[in-house]
Amino acid sequence: MDGGERIPNNVGLGQNQSLKRALEHWQPHFCEWWRQLGPTDFFAGEVYLRTAVGADAKSWARYGLVRLPEYRWGIFLAPGEADRRIGFGDDFGLPVWQQVPGEHRAALRRLIVTQADTEPASVEQQRGLGHSCPSLYDLRNLFQINVEEARHLWAMVYLLHAHFGRDGREEAEALLERHSGDRDRPRILATFNEPIEDWLSLFMFTYFTDRDGKYQLKSLAESAFDPLSRTARFMLTEEGHHLFVGDSGLSRVVRRSLEVMRDNASDDPQRVRDRGAVDLPTFQRYINFWFSSSLDLFGAEISSNAASYFASGLKGRPDEARYQDHRALGEALLLDKPDGKGGAGKEEAPLRNAMNEVARRAYVKECGVGVERWNRLIEKAGHEFRLSLPSPRFHRAIGFWAGVFADPEGKILSAGAFSARRAEWLPSAEDRAFVKSLMRAVVEPGKMAGWVAPPVHGVDHLPLDYEYVRL
Amino acid sequence: MITFDTQPAHYQHWRLSSKGAVARLALDVAEEGGLDEGYRLKLNSYDLGVDIELADALNRIRFEHPEVRVVIFESGKERVFCAGANIGMLARASHPAKVDFCRFTNETRGGIEDSSRKSGLKFIAAIKGACAGGGYELALCCDEILMVDDRSTTISLPEVPLLGVLPGTGGLTRLTEKRRVRRDLADLFCTTAEGVRAPRAKDWGLVDFAAAPGEFDALVAARARALAEGSDRPSGEDGVALPPLARRIGEGGYRYSHLKVAIAREKRAATLLFAGPEESRLAENIDGILKAGALWWPLAVARELDDALLLLRANEPEIGTLLLKTEGSLPAVLHCEEIIERHRGHWFVREVIGFLRRALQRLEVTPKTLFALIDKGSCFAGTLFELALAADRSYMLGGREGARIALGPRNFGGLELLNGATRLKSRFRALAPDAGLSPLCGTPLEAEEALAKGLVTLAPDELDWEEEIRLAIEERASLSPDALSGLEANLRFAGAESLETKVFGRLSAWQNWIFARPNATGEKGALKSYGGGRPSFDWRRA
Repeated sequence: MDGGERIPNNVGLGQNQSLKRALEHWQPHFCEWWRQLGPTDFFAGEVYLRTAVGADAKSWARYGLVRLPEYRWGIFLAPGEADRRIGFGDDFGLPVWQQVPGEHRAALRRLIVTQADTEPASVEQQRGLGHSCPSLYDLRNLFQINVEEARHLWAMVYLLHAHFGRDGREEAEALLERHSGDRDRPRILATFNEPIEDWLSLFMFTYFTDRDGKYQLKSLAESAFDPLSRTARFMLTEEGHHLFVGDSGLSRVVRRSLEVMRDNASDDPQRVRDRGAVDLPTFQRYINFWFSSSLDLFGAEISSNAASYFASGLKGRPDEARYQDHRALGEALLLDKPDGKGGAGKEEAPLRNAMNEVARRAYVKECGVGVERWNRLIEKAGHEFRLSLPSPRFHRAIGFWAGVFADPEGKILSAGAFSARRAEWLPSAEDRAFVKSLMRAVVEPGKMAGWVAPPVHGVDHLPLDYEYVRL
Repeated sequence: MITFDTQPAHYQHWRLSSKGAVARLALDVAEEGGLDEGYRLKLNSYDLGVDIELADALNRIRFEHPEVRVVIFESGKERVFCAGANIGMLARASHPAKVDFCRFTNETRGGIEDSSRKSGLKFIAAIKGACAGGGYELALCCDEILMVDDRSTTISLPEVPLLGVLPGTGGLTRLTEKRRVRRDLADLFCTTAEGVRAPRAKDWGLVDFAAAPGEFDALVAARARALAEGSDRPSGEDGVALPPLARRIGEGGYRYSHLKVAIAREKRAATLLFAGPEESRLAENIDGILKAGALWWPLAVARELDDALLLLRANEPEIGTLLLKTEGSLPAVLHCEEIIERHRGHWFVREVIGFLRRALQRLEVTPKTLFALIDKGSCFAGTLFELALAADRSYMLGGREGARIALGPRNFGGLELLNGATRLKSRFRALAPDAGLSPLCGTPLEAEEALAKGLVTLAPDELDWEEEIRLAIEERASLSPDALSGLEANLRFAGAESLETKVFGRLSAWQNWIFARPNATGEKGALKSYGGGRPSFDWRRA
């Protein structure tokens, strides 16, 4: 970290006049955005937050009470690897790039802008949630996510400013001009224009949608453009916490439901609801919704963009090192595809064109881990109900299965048959109203809302009844 | 490596002679004197080597023989005037070599008309023997075409029926645009391999005068006298010698006295750095200018630019981007502009402006990206600013310590591009010839103002400069070279068409397309099988 900097960083900001000037020009616009679209109703209090003041093990997570308007966002890259080589694509084995090659300027900028746009979008989507927090512990986690998503915006803006000249500065401004749900200037990806209005959705979002973010970052961490790779690697350490919030949050919801079922000796969904907890079928419908819409974020099964990103070394496969053939030439992937006659068939696609699908399959596998854990809780409690991930054919808006009606098992249906059973599979207006009815703020230290079990541990070894947010 | 310098004492194919106001250029091609192996230059057919001598001869006449008012093209051989470009050479040349050859011959022919239009130098083609293809296209560039009427000599454009290609050295364009031959007659003419004899040629407007062999020389002499009378070339003036250029060619590029060409192969780019004039060495009056002669800064720069472009085009096909830079004193360039302006009526200064004009036109038909980099210490003013106006993009260093440019008289006339308009007029598609900018003439402009006036493309400041330029060059180098050549050739000539833009645009584009097609250059294509059997065509019209 440069001593005495206004912007904590490990990128040599003090020595780079053009970057410093660009960021100092952008910073007031960012602050303006945070004051308007951040969690503004909670700006008066203090929050027990983690702040990165460096990239090493000691300084990436420094805890303390902070007022939200005074949070200090820094710019950090994971430490560079000596003699790092391009790990995939046509230039496999050549040294990585420290500068943007002119040839790839436009493609890299687009990748970075698309990723960057999601970061402030999620802050905007979540800004109303604080008013219905299930506990101060959860409220603090929400703000932690908010400040870190905002820091991820900084990280991406750093790349735009440091490596893309005037175009990069213009894109950085535009990131603050688009807003989630804005009719005239919406965020780039549709999912990020939907507000998140309840905490079950927040947990689902942080479990499923942030996990897509994790896979995108893992792909970018492989990039031949080393500053992007290092930025993505550092962001992944923070993203881990967001996934934890989703994973533990959903576990707590299941645990609470099981407690209510046990106390009432009934697994009747209506009885669970009557006792103020989320019934498991409703929980399943939320999974169905969030999992399917997160699958869309990976893009189409066959993509020429994905192939060209891979070929030119811009975006690899998550955990590229696990693969044998880093050029991915001559291989093919068998894809599940509607046959246009009401059934399904297979299509073989060149592996490079199927990179989105490669990442999506790894993602699906990882999503299944939590589901298995929740099912073990349910089994241990003696119930036969099992949660599951719907088929990737279900409820898709992008790729082969967009516009095809399939049930969660993947069986293809007519439009009529689908809509007749839609309420069984996807959250209905009534489900949403019920979940919303559970959302009442609990702000007494140590106390939890009735629909969610307490977490196993507090934050940073502090007790659960610590006053994580001083309102 | 192909070079373009020669001098009359070294000519193998042309004889230049002059007497008073009339010069004669006799084509007498040495059959074994081809630039490359594998073909013989029979029947006064030509290759690049023949045309390099022609281009040199024209410059000698312009500068070394100011008294010459009329040039007569004739043949040094019996019974044949010129059979056009050599087929064997064309058939074996690579596609880029063919295209480059045609471009150069087109430039030289355009230069003949340019001198007639702007410098009073008139041209006569005296056709006494068979004149085919490129031979007749050379005649088409002349002010007058005279043809012997012996009931056997023909002129023809047989490219389509014999070779499956076009009369691409301006032939098609000049028939209808310049000589106003009716299009249906032009169609007949261009599909009749054996050509036409004098009476029909005269009737269709393919020649201006015809005479029986016994009267032909008298006709030529009479027409030469008549054209000489209408010329304003001087008499009784000494010429200015064009000595060989001081040039060093090395691995990394070329070095001239006012121009350094640095080739960066890994970037597929070359930097052309022009040095401005030295204030202390600028002659104010015409005696001093004539004394400086070929070393007078404007002429030296023009010759060096011209030569560098020819070398780069012929020898460095993979160098796709030319970065145009200048260094020197802006006031000195402006001062030089004033001097040129003051003496522009003098024959020598007029020829120098002509050389500059044609060199800049050569720059614009060069199939390479042109980026002007206007940085600190540069002197893009007047004539040198034309480099920036010719460029596909210009980057000017902005900010408080940024660069300056200035317009000068030459931006408002004299250095017109191929469509006949000034670059300023063409750039802004302006109605007024000065595009409303003449009040700025002579005033140094900062980047902000230059940008606001649309005179430069981008103005990064010093913090952005290096990275912006690096990215722009790399990005450019990654794009398809064919698509870039097409893009640039289309965008460089906004505004009305001229004969020249049609030659370099429409005619050349069609010719180059045909060159790339199997019907011409495939194993059984017409160009490949000429003289050795019937071609076999793919009959689909495309």
